[in-house]
Amino acid sequence: MNTDELIAEDIHGYLKQHENKELLRFLTCGSVDDGKSTLIGRLLYDSKMVYEDQLAAVTTDSKQFGTTGGTFDPALLTDGLKAEREQGITIDVAYRYFSTSKRKFIIADTPGHEQYTRNMATGASTCDLAIILIDARHGVQTQTRRHSFIASLLGIKHVVVAINKMDLVDFSEERYEEIKADYTEFVGKLELPDIEFVPMSALNGDNVVNTSEHTPWYKGGTLMHHLENVHIASDRNLIDFRFPVQYVSRPDLNFRGFCGTISSGIVRPGDEVMALPSRKTAIVKRIATMDGDLEQAYAPLAPTIVLDREIDVSRGDMLVHPNNVPKVDQAFEAMLVWMEEDALQPGKQYTIKQGTTTATGIISDLRYRIDVNTMHSEGVDKLDLNEIGRVVIDLSRPCAFDAYSRNRSTGAFIVVDKISNNTVAAGMILDRDPDSAASRRREISEKRGTEIKVHESLISAEERATRLTQQPATIWLTGLTGSGKSAVAYALERRLFDEGKSATVLDGRNARLGLSADLDYTLDDRKENLRRAAEGAKLFNDAGHIAVCAFLSPSAEDRAMAKAIVGDDKFIEVYLEAPEDVCKERAETDEFAKTNKDMAAFSDMAAPYEPPAAADLVLKTDDLTVDQSVQKLYDLLNERGLLK
Amino acid sequence: MDDQPIPAVANNDQAGRLRYRTHIDPQSTQEEDASVTPQKLTHLKQLEAESIHIIREVASEFKNPVMLFSVGKDSCVMLHLARKAFYPGKPPFPLLHVDTTWNFQSMYTFRDEYIVKELGLECLVHINEEGLKDGIDPFKHGSRKFTEVMNLGALRQALDKYRFDAAFGGGRRDEEKARAKERIFSFRDQHHQWDPKNQRPELWNLYNTHVEKEQQIRVFPISNWTELDIWQYIYMEQIPLVDVYYAKERPVVEHEGQLILVDDDRTPPELAATAQNKWVRFRTLGDYPLTGATESKATELTDIIQEMLLATRSEREGRVIDADPGASMEEKKRQGYY
Repeated sequence: MNTDELIAEDIHGYLKQHENKELLRFLTCGSVDDGKSTLIGRLLYDSKMVYEDQLAAVTTDSKQFGTTGGTFDPALLTDGLKAEREQGITIDVAYRYFSTSKRKFIIADTPGHEQYTRNMATGASTCDLAIILIDARHGVQTQTRRHSFIASLLGIKHVVVAINKMDLVDFSEERYEEIKADYTEFVGKLELPDIEFVPMSALNGDNVVNTSEHTPWYKGGTLMHHLENVHIASDRNLIDFRFPVQYVSRPDLNFRGFCGTISSGIVRPGDEVMALPSRKTAIVKRIATMDGDLEQAYAPLAPTIVLDREIDVSRGDMLVHPNNVPKVDQAFEAMLVWMEEDALQPGKQYTIKQGTTTATGIISDLRYRIDVNTMHSEGVDKLDLNEIGRVVIDLSRPCAFDAYSRNRSTGAFIVVDKISNNTVAAGMILDRDPDSAASRRREISEKRGTEIKVHESLISAEERATRLTQQPATIWLTGLTGSGKSAVAYALERRLFDEGKSATVLDGRNARLGLSADLDYTLDDRKENLRRAAEGAKLFNDAGHIAVCAFLSPSAEDRAMAKAIVGDDKFIEVYLEAPEDVCKERAETDEFAKTNKDMAAFSDMAAPYEPPAAADLVLKTDDLTVDQSVQKLYDLLNERGLLK
Repeated sequence: MDDQPIPAVANNDQAGRLRYRTHIDPQSTQEEDASVTPQKLTHLKQLEAESIHIIREVASEFKNPVMLFSVGKDSCVMLHLARKAFYPGKPPFPLLHVDTTWNFQSMYTFRDEYIVKELGLECLVHINEEGLKDGIDPFKHGSRKFTEVMNLGALRQALDKYRFDAAFGGGRRDEEKARAKERIFSFRDQHHQWDPKNQRPELWNLYNTHVEKEQQIRVFPISNWTELDIWQYIYMEQIPLVDVYYAKERPVVEHEGQLILVDDDRTPPELAATAQNKWVRFRTLGDYPLTGATESKATELTDIIQEMLLATRSEREGRVIDADPGASMEEKKRQGYY
């Protein structure tokens, strides 16, 4: 029974069939000259997706704008906007819909012109398959290479090379084989795992939907046969569970659920999940939907996950299985397609959106540009519109991601200009650690440790202590911005000086202006800042002085590092504790914070604060005056016999 | 051929008038869901998930979103998806019905009885009061002028009045050529205008939600749904619709080449005098004087789908406002029609 009969005879049967169809998204790459619009028109027409009134309009238009001399021009079925209809070219991405008895299709119709890399990347980002059109008369062209490269860059798994206009080369098998060989040779360098070739004439309908009688030598299926049968179910990643939290649902006190779209993998009630970047774990209690709770949910469904306990999870966090976690970092390397007239400026702040995370980011390194025509890379200092480059991006806060090659959802991001709000680039994260200044420094320091021996001083610590009447120590003040670190540090320094002792303050802000002026606010650079501060404190201690360090130092790990550098016996950790709102209020009246508002996202404040578990002293600075705090510190130093 | 009649649940008010109808599928939908597995995903499940993602993204990223609700079937599907997105909560934004005061009477009943009362949703209603005062009348002023004032004008007024930063619309790309190129998140300037040459690229499901004050984004969560998908989903999900979608004997008159319903006493008397009872239904909803009826005996949802599939005319032909030649929709979009 054909479709029309089925609709007329058994509408329930038809609906059942339609309901169970799979969705295939594909894009068509080629220029008007390759017959791209004609091909799409032919697919719609031959699969009976064109209504009579549309056809009547096209027949009228064919006389006015057509390129077929007044006869039916299928290309006119797909041209949309007025301007391009008049120019006879497609200038943007357009989406078309049709279905056969097997599948529903969405076509992303993208243009083939030189300057429109951006449109093709846009169309390709959501597609499973690409049809690359080649004019049989001209063979593999520069644009064929470009289209194939972009398809591979955007992670398209299936390619159909449509060798079109075979009617103009007398349906020559030799010509077909020649083009096929050319294409196969060049495409070997690209990551395109599944390639099919079809000889066709879109204008006349050969091998588009119906098998052509002109190509008896061709044993493969028609284009439509490929579209209906290409296996796409296994393209979905059902292994790595990734759930970027999009929205926290809290309709009443009894319900707290995390809404989102599953990027990849499968989740079931009872699964242990970990929230990133906090790494807190919980058990999935329910997977709620309006159609009832689910026994399992998988990509790309969009359920609401309820956990068995209250853990701090908000938009931008990601739920994963604890035994299969993505990378969590503040920097990554990526391929970037630049989509804006204004060129990319390394070092400028942009907004980066990856999954449900929005962060401020800096393109810290432009490694090279790739020529889309030759696929050669070349060193450049900017990226212009429609250019593709490899970059390192540093973010204001950690985010969870995978390599794009492994996960098209968690490995993709867009770049938004902070002033114009335009989407200026699209990026695909690479499967390698960013080769940033930080990692280079790490490598060097690891090597250094094995190369160089320490040179000892000729003055002993005892001699210094006797002369200065004090024992050297490092007092490490940690706490939120506004907790009073600097005020207490400088007051303590004054007090010690007045008592005839020798102390020096190392202050976080001052360090940023001198010692660490070359550092950024990435996770790595913030660690480096603290490493330098600790090494500085150690030098003062070696000279017999008391170092008073005032650093936010939110990470327990970083403070442990500082302690290791200074030495356990000399390191005194002091936690300045004040309620967050008090700190915030104080910070707001702060001149430095006011003039550096832009830096807020980029300071240590952006990271979560981990209070010390076993501080030597806790100062509740919302209750204590600065003088009282200093007195407590002074008492502690005395108790420990450091002021003798 | 299925000779089992499909039961339809009719909700009647005290006067016995049909308020709205829910189609009930005789087969259990649970059973159908079981056929969906991680490996086998149907296109409707995929479209549903994508739409839910879009709706939640707006709720998360905008301060003051609104869902434009025309009471038509596309609006009903969009609302159903919004309810799914936030279940067990309610959508965290209001609906906005731009009321020309000439909608089919049954649309008002549906809005008040079902959407507001039964579902308990907040539905703002905006009428262009100046237009009303000026006595703008589709019979007297014609479709172009009427739509400009009472529809487009009222929409602009409402968006300015409430200062919405994002507005959901039920537009679909398969409706019209100009829509095929519209983004899902479609940027509008201070004057609510759309510039088809200057659209933001839209990749993956990463939507750029950044706007300046006074600017807004129109969001089309069902962009990728086709006419058939909408009907199929209404059928599967048993979504209630306004009853004029279903065929019934109704008083109609011929007006400017279309069959128009005599819905109340505002039909000019000389025209109302020519009324005849005919079996008709409406393929699109809007203002009764501007919406042409289709002669039909399709009293069940499946009959409607069958007729739609066998039809040879595209959907919008029933709307008088789209009868202007050429790229009229594109013009309207430039002016802020959603």
